[in-house]
Parts: sequence; structure tokens; C-alpha cells
Amino acid sequence: MNLKKTMKETPSQTAGPYVHIGTLPSVAGIYVPTHDTPANTGLEGGTPIIIKGTIRDGGGELAKDAMVEIWQANAGGSYGPGRTGWARSHTDFGTGEFRFETMKPGTAGGQAPHVTFMIFARGINLHLHTRMYFADETDANAADPLLNLIADTDRRDTLIASPDPESNNTWRFDVVLQGEGETVFLDI
Amino acid sequence: MSDKPAPAFDPRDRAWHPKALVSSYNSTTLRAPSQPLLQMPPTVSEVSGPVFGHTELGALDADMIRNAAVSGDPVGERIVISGRVLDEYARPQANVLIEVWQANAGGRYRHVRDGYLAPLDPNFSGYGRCMTDSEGRYSFRTIRPGPYPFPNNGCSWRPAHVHLSLFGASFAQRLVTQFYFEGDPLIRHCPIVNTISDPKAVSQLVATLDMDSQVEFDSLAYRFDIVLRGRNGTWFEEGRS
Repeated sequence: MNLKKTMKETPSQTAGPYVHIGTLPSVAGIYVPTHDTPANTGLEGGTPIIIKGTIRDGGGELAKDAMVEIWQANAGGSYGPGRTGWARSHTDFGTGEFRFETMKPGTAGGQAPHVTFMIFARGINLHLHTRMYFADETDANAADPLLNLIADTDRRDTLIASPDPESNNTWRFDVVLQGEGETVFLDI
Repeated sequence: MSDKPAPAFDPRDRAWHPKALVSSYNSTTLRAPSQPLLQMPPTVSEVSGPVFGHTELGALDADMIRNAAVSGDPVGERIVISGRVLDEYARPQANVLIEVWQANAGGRYRHVRDGYLAPLDPNFSGYGRCMTDSEGRYSFRTIRPGPYPFPNNGCSWRPAHVHLSLFGASFAQRLVTQFYFEGDPLIRHCPIVNTISDPKAVSQLVATLDMDSQVEFDSLAYRFDIVLRGRNGTWFEEGRS
């Protein structure tokens, strides 16, 4: 099959500070009875986990107006069906923290268990794409094709979530947009 | 099983998209990554993606004139937006979820954090959703949003615009953008529009007046076609990367 690209992808523009109206209307203060975008992936089976974190800018300030999406495989390493495995949250206007409820993913496509993250916010002109891995998957992480592309171990560690010492089955994934400790962002 | 590489996605053309750091758009200065992005061929994690169903949509999601109406229709210029969602190979994209948000006719958002002095419209929320049909077509009805000022190295103004969020079949196709209205003189003054370097790319974000699609004695119509990333082939085997 001879495929030829004849169109350019529509350029991105920032989601802006009012992204919640269209994506999480209740957060904006709009009640839409038919709208259901939980911060829960809807996965069943495996180990229930909570993912929490913040998004910090290059000046050390918390980004409190971001919308965050995750997408992941189930415990058996399969994606779907439907939108199962996808969830959406936002950084809280007060605390700056996002929070997801899900199941720990399994190995998918020869990769270590991971959760895809996409971050949308004012000042981010094209959404930022990254991944969260798990600190307790030492062997799988050591063999992961993406992590192995990152030579600098400090940078590699920006993608690895740590267990929250204060709560069981809770993983912390703090994102740094710019500067010291900057998270590795992906172009995939 | 074939030995051909699994069709996936080429890297995005980042010269066509807005730059991450643009000093004239203040909010980018501390939010743009300073390190280069890590490039890698797509895996099953990016080629797969959440699939939404038409049944999830509310009956009035695509009718922003009525979906928040309390005591009548909202104030403003009644418009119908329609177009097609294609990929870079001009293939129609079916079942794409499009989420919509915008300010009201006065340029005010119904959002707990918007304090612009223009009044809220009790009959308008600025929330909408629609989904493409089997030929990639979509449509929604709304009112034309107003321009508004925002703090940015002093006071900058946004041209009238509508925000769109799109989900294709793959998470790699995810796109959030905005469209503008043909002939709006504020487009060229907007620091957010001007994060895009190529004028041809900017013109891709301008909806065009479509007189043939007007609803007579009711609404004007604009056309806005959208292009998502396309897979450079026709099949993908799960687990291959």
C-alpha cells in the first residue's frame, strides 16, 4: 500500500486556564448530568493503587490549573476495552495535587509496567507527554526500552514513582516542568 | 505474522506546532521544558487509546445554545460549526470525541476562576461535546464567543476562539487546540496565536464563513476541518513496537 501524507496535523494551542469547562465541567462549577469523567480508570482485577502528585514549574511554583490524563494497561498487560484504563484529573486549585484511582498495570508489549501521562495547561502550547514507572519493578525497569534510552540516571529517575510512606498502595509522581529535576518528556 | 514493521506514527512536525517557549506569551516562560524531548517509536501504549461511545453523549451536548438554557436562549450571534476530522493521509476519522469549551458572547467564561468584568449569561455555560460520524463529520451549535483581555506583559487580548479537545483511535493522536474566526483583526495581535511561526499553520486554525450551511433566518455557519496524526500503514499487532 502506497500511503502519501497530504495533510498537515492541525497545530496545537494551549488548553488555557479554563480547560475544566470542556473536560471536567463540575470543577469549573458547571453541572452536566450526563458528563462522567472520573479520576478512576475503571479497571478491575489486580492491585488497587492510588496515584498522587503535583506539577511544579521552573520557578518552583505548583501549577494549580492543569488537566491531567492517564492511560494504562490492565494487570494482565492489555489495553481497553473502550475507555477502561483511561482517567482524567486536575491539579487542585488549593493543594495543587492530582489524584487517580486505578489498578497497578502489568507488562505490555515487552515494557515495564507504566502509566502514560498527558498534561494540559495554560502556558503549555502542545500537551506534555510522559510516563510513570514503579520503583518496586527494579528488574522490569532495568530492561525497559524507553528507560534504557535515558543515559543519565537522575533523569531516568524522574519517571519512577515512589511509594507514599504515609499510605498503603499509594504512589507519588511529582512532575517538574522545567529546570532542576525536570521530568523527561516524550515525543512519541 | 508479518515481518513488516508495525505501522505507527511519524514524529510530530514540531516546527508546524507552536514552540514551547515563547517570551511574548508569558505563561510559557516557566512551564516550557528546557531539555529536549525523548524521541522513540510508538509502542502499544501510544497506538492504543481510550475509545468513547456515542451513547456517552447527552442529548444536548452538541447544542450549546440549549444545553445550559434556563430562561431562554443565550445572548449572541447564533452559529453552527461543522467540518470533518481527517488524518494526515486524508482518511476520515470516525468516532472521534470532540470536547468544546468557550467564553460567552461578552468574553466571559463560566468558570470559578474567571473574574473578567463582562457578565455571565444565565443561559450559557460554554460546555459542549460531539462525535464524528463514519465519514469523519461533526457539527455543533453555539453562539460566537467574544474577545477578552488577559494579563500578559501588561494586557493582551484574545481573538474570538473556541477550544477543542480531540480523541482519535490512538492516544498518540490526542490533540487540544483552538479555532478562530475568519476576518478577526485580533488574530494577528494574539500572543497565543503567535506561538505558531508559520502563517500557513495559523491559517489552519481559522474557521471559514460557510454561507451555504447557514440556517436561514436563524444561524450563520462556519467550517473548520481538523487533521489528526495518521498511522503510516493500515494494521498494528498488539505487543509489537
